[in-house]
Amino acid sequence: MTGRYHAPFAEHGSHAVDADIADRLLRIALEKGGDYADLFFEYSVSGSYVYDEQILKSARRAVSMGLGVRVMKGDATGYAYCEDFSFDAMKRAAKTAAQIAAGGQPLAPLAVSMRDAPNRYPVSVESLDVDGEAKKAILERADRAARASDSRVVRVDASFAESAREVLIANSLGHMARDRQPLIRFGIHVIAEDAGNRQSGSSGGGGRMGLEYFDGQTPEWHAEQAVKQALVMLDAREAPAGEMDVVLAPGDSGILLHEAVGHGLEADFNRKKTSNYSGRVGEEVASALCTVVDDASLEGSRGSINVDDEGQLPTRSVLIEDGVLKGYMQDRHSADFFGTTPDGHGRRQSFRSHPMPRMTNTMLMGGQDAPEDIIRSVSRGVYAKKFGGGQVDIANGDFVFSLTEGYLIEDGKVTAPLKGVNLIGNGPDAMRNVVMLGHDFEVSDGIWTCGKEGQSVPVGVGCPTIKIASMTVGGTQVAGG
Amino acid sequence: MSNAEEEAKALVDLGRSVMERAIEGGADVAEAGVHSGSHLSVKVRMSEPELVEEAGSRALGLRVMVGQRVASTYTSDLSEAGQRTLIEDALELARLSESDEFAGPPDPSELSSPTQWADLDTFDEGVSEISADEALSRAQHGERAAFDFDPRITNSEGASFTRARGVSALVTSGGFAGSDYGTYASLVVNPVADDEGGKKRSGYHWSASRHYADLEDSQAVGEEAARRTIAQLGAKKLPTQELPVIFDKDAARSILGLFAGCVLGSSIWRKSSYLVDRVGTRVASDLVDIVDDPLLPRAPGSRAFDGEGLLCRRNVVVEGGVLKTYLMDTYSARKLGQTSTGSASRSPAGGISPSTSNLILKANAQSRDELIAETKHGLYVTSMMGFGFNAVTGDFSRGASGFLIQNGELSDPVSEVTISLNLDQLLQRIDAVADDLDQRTAIASPTFRVSSMTLAGS
Repeated sequence: MTGRYHAPFAEHGSHAVDADIADRLLRIALEKGGDYADLFFEYSVSGSYVYDEQILKSARRAVSMGLGVRVMKGDATGYAYCEDFSFDAMKRAAKTAAQIAAGGQPLAPLAVSMRDAPNRYPVSVESLDVDGEAKKAILERADRAARASDSRVVRVDASFAESAREVLIANSLGHMARDRQPLIRFGIHVIAEDAGNRQSGSSGGGGRMGLEYFDGQTPEWHAEQAVKQALVMLDAREAPAGEMDVVLAPGDSGILLHEAVGHGLEADFNRKKTSNYSGRVGEEVASALCTVVDDASLEGSRGSINVDDEGQLPTRSVLIEDGVLKGYMQDRHSADFFGTTPDGHGRRQSFRSHPMPRMTNTMLMGGQDAPEDIIRSVSRGVYAKKFGGGQVDIANGDFVFSLTEGYLIEDGKVTAPLKGVNLIGNGPDAMRNVVMLGHDFEVSDGIWTCGKEGQSVPVGVGCPTIKIASMTVGGTQVAGG
Repeated sequence: MSNAEEEAKALVDLGRSVMERAIEGGADVAEAGVHSGSHLSVKVRMSEPELVEEAGSRALGLRVMVGQRVASTYTSDLSEAGQRTLIEDALELARLSESDEFAGPPDPSELSSPTQWADLDTFDEGVSEISADEALSRAQHGERAAFDFDPRITNSEGASFTRARGVSALVTSGGFAGSDYGTYASLVVNPVADDEGGKKRSGYHWSASRHYADLEDSQAVGEEAARRTIAQLGAKKLPTQELPVIFDKDAARSILGLFAGCVLGSSIWRKSSYLVDRVGTRVASDLVDIVDDPLLPRAPGSRAFDGEGLLCRRNVVVEGGVLKTYLMDTYSARKLGQTSTGSASRSPAGGISPSTSNLILKANAQSRDELIAETKHGLYVTSMMGFGFNAVTGDFSRGASGFLIQNGELSDPVSEVTISLNLDQLLQRIDAVADDLDQRTAIASPTFRVSSMTLAGS
């Protein structure tokens, strides 16, 4: 065992948890008559470094650990957690969660045995184990590059965040699985000023990897992207308002798919029939060009996982194939309801929260068109390059996205940068209006975090260049007349 | 001594011990925050219990300075080994940090003491005593009220009831020791209705309070949730146009929240706000008065002392539309050559930044209905979506839903449109403020009207 931070519940840890301890706790959890129980042990260490005004201004580290116990009885869930791994504390949590099934007959759990999981993030040295000076040097390089690139740059801050999350899951069906999930995220933010006009630009990335990430995407490259964005925005004009064609750049724009389609395909909403995709498996829900998958297996991607937070082994789920809805993303609860097997989408923010169906890396697969042909086909529209974030109303699929970098398309050419652009639409409508797909599929660099019911999890997205015919662009300029 | 007081005392003792050990270990400044909390959270759906969650948690946050090099650490592992790692990591990270000439604790003369702290009545022992059965029945009642209110409510995302109790302590090497405790209860009901074209409409309403007795009746919460859900049935886009926009108090609060982020000293020295260099200038119409008041009894954002131990005070932020001050902690005040407004907030992880407490846009005399009645043609916004705000420039554009106003009355429901206008202009175009302010949220506003905005639709 190398490295500095290890879970107390790991083998050789101060409170090592083996099949026997898991079995004893599961028995307690089921003693009131629950149908199913699981134990979620988590140990998470995170660090962050902020480089600001040309010094490393703050350095932070946090340790969070505990056990979450879940007991299910029909559709009802009992949940409790504790923050220390003494048997007494864990037993109390198991007893509290067991109460959901008060009055039932005790059920014996199946003997647990460890599952073999794949390794989708083979990191030789975790960032947490690397000397802090190395991270300071990366941030310094980014800062220096951004300042040197243009005299209009008036502020630069760069940050680096790292974490390792070790989990151990055991359930009453006899499954036990472990995972250690490293994650890094770098970000740079600049402000450029020219004649009283001030604009910001940013760039970032990372994934489930170590500092070797920066061999591919250097701090200098990110600095250049951020500066370029801020400078472009200095010349930005007011965005048009109204319906027009929209072309989405490859990679990052996958966040639109994540919001517009992904959430509606999470099985909990469909179990409750509160999604606009409820009861529509087998129906055409998108243009025939569209194949959408959620794939936990991409090596090193921010959304990838070896084991989900219910101990299942996720793979690649085809959600929409050639426009036809194939299935939902399942966790254990919803899989029981739909009479299918959980497919590794049960995720949670931490041991303090119960799992829900969540996305991993959600992607719209590439098509046949050349990206330049796609742009050439638009007489007046918007080219969406970078997204700030988005939100969807699951019940009806209405969504809103804001762009941090967008351009006007005029007569088949990308022209003026635009400020304050929002795209608003409806998921199913937008997916039916996908009329061209590029052959330039890309996975976004690792920056996205998805929030649902107050729980945040890291996710990945990907897509090619996409043309959507007629979407509402929410700018301020009402077309003349 | 009550349970909470005893617990607070134990947390202060723990904080003091960690602070002292950090100083012994070589820190020049050490500040320890200790938090302890417990909660019960239940959810029902279609009358059946869906979730019962109950747990308690404790955590330690430490901020140290070695010279003017700053680091902070956090742990939920309160064992001896956990505390040792917390302190050692903080000292190691502080030596990695670089000297920041503005870093440092507040001057000891600025620190507050127990005799100065107002009793803000934020703790109700009754909240901690709410049982899981009672919580479930409150949630069930709320959901049932929504179904009973209108047959068009056909489904539900559920109803949730949560009670929480928190105790926290802060001990600093500058000589401050204080503790604080509070309770919180909330009920939210989230019904769903079927709309034309296979669309569904989901709406919600909630109540939250420090004291159990102040929580709105479950029946009323459920009925209001149903009313809001049904009202959106048949919502359509509108054609793109310029028009007056009335923000109801929920939507208005969300606008005020954007302003809140821009008035913090930390956003100002970072130049990440459109309000840089604007103190003393007009930032809103003369109808607008905004105060940040941490001393309101039973309010959600109330606090007697701030995250650095300074006495909290009421700050007038905007008066008659003119910006009077930024909200600052010690660090941002030093950066801006001013003094702290007692607005420091300490995160559990140990970081300090200025924050709002109860930020309130003051009510005016007109009723909400009068505002609508005097609007011939306009948009009445009840909710907004998306994150379309650039704090650096003030550019604002978000998805909106609500109602068309025709001849002074609410008419067709509207959705899938965006409304846009730079926030600076938006606040200056406020031409009416209503009287319907409530204290449910830490950022609160009555309904107000903006004379003209761009709506993008079909």
